[in-house]
Amino acid sequence: MKPAAFSYARPGSWSEAVQLVKAGARPGAGTQSLGPLLNLRLAQPETIADLRHLPDYAGVTVAGSVLRIGAGTTHASIEDGAVPGRTGEIMAGIARRIAYRAVRNRGTIGGSLAHADPAADWVAVLPALGGVAVALGPQGERRLPLSSFVTGIFETALAADEVLRAIEVPVLPSVARWGHWKFCRKIGEFSKATACVLSVPGAAPRAVLAALDGPPLVIEDASALLQDSETEATRIVATYPGLDDWRRAVALTALRHAVAAVKQS
Amino acid sequence: MTAEPGGLGVGASLRRKEDARFLHGRGRFVGDITRPGMLEVAFLRSPIAHARLKGVTKPAGQEKHVFTIDDLSGIGTIRANSALPGFRVSEQSALAKDKVRHVGEAIAACVADSRAAAEDLAAACELDYEALPAVFDMRTACLPGAALVHDGWSMNAFLETWRDDDVSHLDAVAAAKVTRTLRTSRQSMAPLEGRGVLAEWDPRLEQMIVTTSTQMPHVTKSGLADCLGLDEGQVRIISPDVGGGFGYKGILLPEEIVCASLAIRLGRPVRWIEDRFEQLTASANCREHHYILNAWADKDGKLLGVECEAIVDAGAYSSYPFGACLEAAQVGSILPGPYILPLLRCHTVSACTNKPPILPYRGVARTGVCYAMETTLDALARKLKITPQAIRFANLVPATAMPYRNLVGKVFDSGDYPESLRRAMAAIDVDAIRKRQAAGETVGFGLATFCEQGAHGTSVYHAWGIPFVPGFEQAYARLAPDGVLELRVGVHSHGQGMETTLAQVANEVLGIHPNKVRVIHGDTALTPYSTGTWGSRAGVMAGGAVAEACRQLSVRVAAIGAALLQVPPADVVVEGGRVRRKDTGSDAGSSVSIADVARTWYRAPQNLPPDVDKGGLEITAGYRPDPDTGTHSYACHAVVARVDIETGAVVLEDYVIVEDGGKLLNPMIVDGQVMGGLAQGIGTALYEEMPFDSEGQPLAATLADYLLPGTTDVPDVRLDHMETLSPWTTFGQKGIGESGAIGPPGAIVNAINDALAGLGAEVMDLPASPSRVLAALHAARLKK
Repeated sequence: MKPAAFSYARPGSWSEAVQLVKAGARPGAGTQSLGPLLNLRLAQPETIADLRHLPDYAGVTVAGSVLRIGAGTTHASIEDGAVPGRTGEIMAGIARRIAYRAVRNRGTIGGSLAHADPAADWVAVLPALGGVAVALGPQGERRLPLSSFVTGIFETALAADEVLRAIEVPVLPSVARWGHWKFCRKIGEFSKATACVLSVPGAAPRAVLAALDGPPLVIEDASALLQDSETEATRIVATYPGLDDWRRAVALTALRHAVAAVKQS
Repeated sequence: MTAEPGGLGVGASLRRKEDARFLHGRGRFVGDITRPGMLEVAFLRSPIAHARLKGVTKPAGQEKHVFTIDDLSGIGTIRANSALPGFRVSEQSALAKDKVRHVGEAIAACVADSRAAAEDLAAACELDYEALPAVFDMRTACLPGAALVHDGWSMNAFLETWRDDDVSHLDAVAAAKVTRTLRTSRQSMAPLEGRGVLAEWDPRLEQMIVTTSTQMPHVTKSGLADCLGLDEGQVRIISPDVGGGFGYKGILLPEEIVCASLAIRLGRPVRWIEDRFEQLTASANCREHHYILNAWADKDGKLLGVECEAIVDAGAYSSYPFGACLEAAQVGSILPGPYILPLLRCHTVSACTNKPPILPYRGVARTGVCYAMETTLDALARKLKITPQAIRFANLVPATAMPYRNLVGKVFDSGDYPESLRRAMAAIDVDAIRKRQAAGETVGFGLATFCEQGAHGTSVYHAWGIPFVPGFEQAYARLAPDGVLELRVGVHSHGQGMETTLAQVANEVLGIHPNKVRVIHGDTALTPYSTGTWGSRAGVMAGGAVAEACRQLSVRVAAIGAALLQVPPADVVVEGGRVRRKDTGSDAGSSVSIADVARTWYRAPQNLPPDVDKGGLEITAGYRPDPDTGTHSYACHAVVARVDIETGAVVLEDYVIVEDGGKLLNPMIVDGQVMGGLAQGIGTALYEEMPFDSEGQPLAATLADYLLPGTTDVPDVRLDHMETLSPWTTFGQKGIGESGAIGPPGAIVNAINDALAGLGAEVMDLPASPSRVLAALHAARLKK
């Protein structure tokens, strides 16, 4: 389990990073997913562009009603409160249950999202928060809605010559209500079904059903789910393709728990 | 090491001497050892379950760094035969010859200066093969017309066994009969350290020195010498620190043979370190039983008879030295468990399939058999509407019957089996569980009672006719000039804490402080022959041998000490590390230290008595219990489990173990053994399975897919010990190393089934994963 030979590049600037990726380099951040893939030789890139040393890759800034989270911000720093306010509270709760602390120390929010493992936590949660992924390509930045960013298994809306620069999520009011539930066989394992619901006064509640071996299912208006949760949850789960009996049951349970949690919060 | 309550000898909970190096990261494993000029090996392995091998195209320009079996002439096949009638022996080539028979089978060895470069070579090889139909389900494998794993066999089976008690009348007389079809999953052992081999040829000694992660160095030496065509004296096995054995490290690996052969051929040291992918998919496979059981009982739950049809998936080869029928052929003898069973009809098959060979794993056969028997007993109890404890009390061998010879001829040496159950019941508030059940909670209570034969010797193993038979266990003891005692044993310690417990045994006999006792193990050049550490035998066998060596040494020490004290030998005793006159107290001049005795032998021989034993202060002594049919430790596991009927998830709320290992040499170490076994048993019960797809491809290739229980998944076990001495062993100790891994699947699934009983659901297959639990609930709903 040693990787096939590859060249290591450490871009000093974002434009250099984009050039490397355009030339076929695989971007690497915390490499908590990429590392095992390399060792198993499931990924055999010619070049890895190590993004970790780029300026402003990690860190959180607030501009008005938008929180900009550098793609290289680690799960651990989010767990430790790097994101302020109600949004940060919700995200810290997610971060602290990602894998194990050793993984969180290196793994990044952007790396996880761009890798787009269906079972990953940020893939399941970020679409519920709303906001955008900031992609950087040869033509500059473009903003892609998080609700449709992950398009398939290990597939995203990023173009081949783009890197994920940052994630922008809204500053949520303190009254924002949040429900999240995931099923893991063991603590720290990948989820087998994740559901989350965000309810902000004055806006339609949003829900996500994810970690079902496919892209997340985003429900832009989850009012019906909150009103008649049992019927609606059953209907939603039935629309998700390819689930076996057990997965359907766990998905349903996830939705029930997430709805119950948002009602209690 | 400070003095602990209870002294320093047998029975004291001394902290382990070896922990100093392990806890500071100073252990030295095969992977820590390098040699100048060393080459690393990566294996090209079969991507397919069954194929005729037509050729390997080596990467251009690199041909001389890639070796197939044709390049390693003169090495023999691994052949682990058995004397059991009808056994079909497989010929396992160290690298595949003509045919591959499972995914992961080694086909070629690639050598390079680094493992990564060796893997590059393996990736650049091209295989030419003709795919053959594969058999990967043990039941269909045995049907007529199934593709044959080994050409020329009449059936895909290594062995069938029969026991033919007549049970045909039981339907008419029994108050209840149950039939159960049960299955355990194929697992992969997962010691923290995988296998690792460093082979080097010593031209001065004309000796192949193999540093390898093994728990049975001497048996490995015999097998390796045989396959390499060398004299046994030309092979030396060094087993340094080993990070967990569990049976996997007892196996002679094809990789060991290949590395040794390459080292001779290339004249350079050659190393292979197994990675987790290889371990999971190609090698450490174990367990996988299928049972159809019928059991009959009278109205009180007393067993009238059991009928069993058992198949074990033994994989493609008979591995050395334990062979392919170690599990299945023992099913019939283990099934009666700790119970009085009047009749047993049992047919077993060791099926041969296109999967990696099944290897012995802690608990060997018993884990599956105990699961089958204990869940069937609970099914009988439910049918008779009696409690699970009642059906066990009705059948457990009582203390008054000890020693007890059961219907298959196993002799239980000692113990009070019902008392272990009584204590476990007293520790759990079953009424509270019944109340919660009445309130609608899916919570349940489960039991497993079982016994574990350990340290069984010649009289048991000679009939198996496998490549080794354990005989007298030997230990070597030598006093150094400064009075430090050196012990050399042929067993290996890799988590059992024997560097401590054997020092405690020496302390018990000679009174030398355990800090002044060095235990040397893991090197065939330094230690007496032993079959090694397996079968829960080292505490009894090596413990007994060390005690005997120390006892004989103490006679010689006493003679010299008496001469120094100027009294006859009969007037002294050896105690507390000194030779003391019996007739005086602790007055000055009434004793000499063992160090004084040693100094006299080595440095002042002029002071030795004229009739001194010329053998000096070193002794090799042998030991075997009489009878040597094995000790039987036993235990009762009691579990409270809660089931989430929405997801099928199981939470272990409480776990009680009452265990009788006879005299505990070091109770703290025994606790550790039981807890470690428990964690592995929980893995068998709830997490671990190696699934194969319809092409025979293993699907759990990483530890993200192959789930092992973690710290949060193992409950805080409440552990209670009984200490009924074995009448047959030195201190009354019994083998107990595997016990913890035997009981959990039966006890946990019984608790799950108790929780689900109100819903009419019952889990039959291991592991009781959420999807299996939910499937059982769905099936029950459909039935209604």
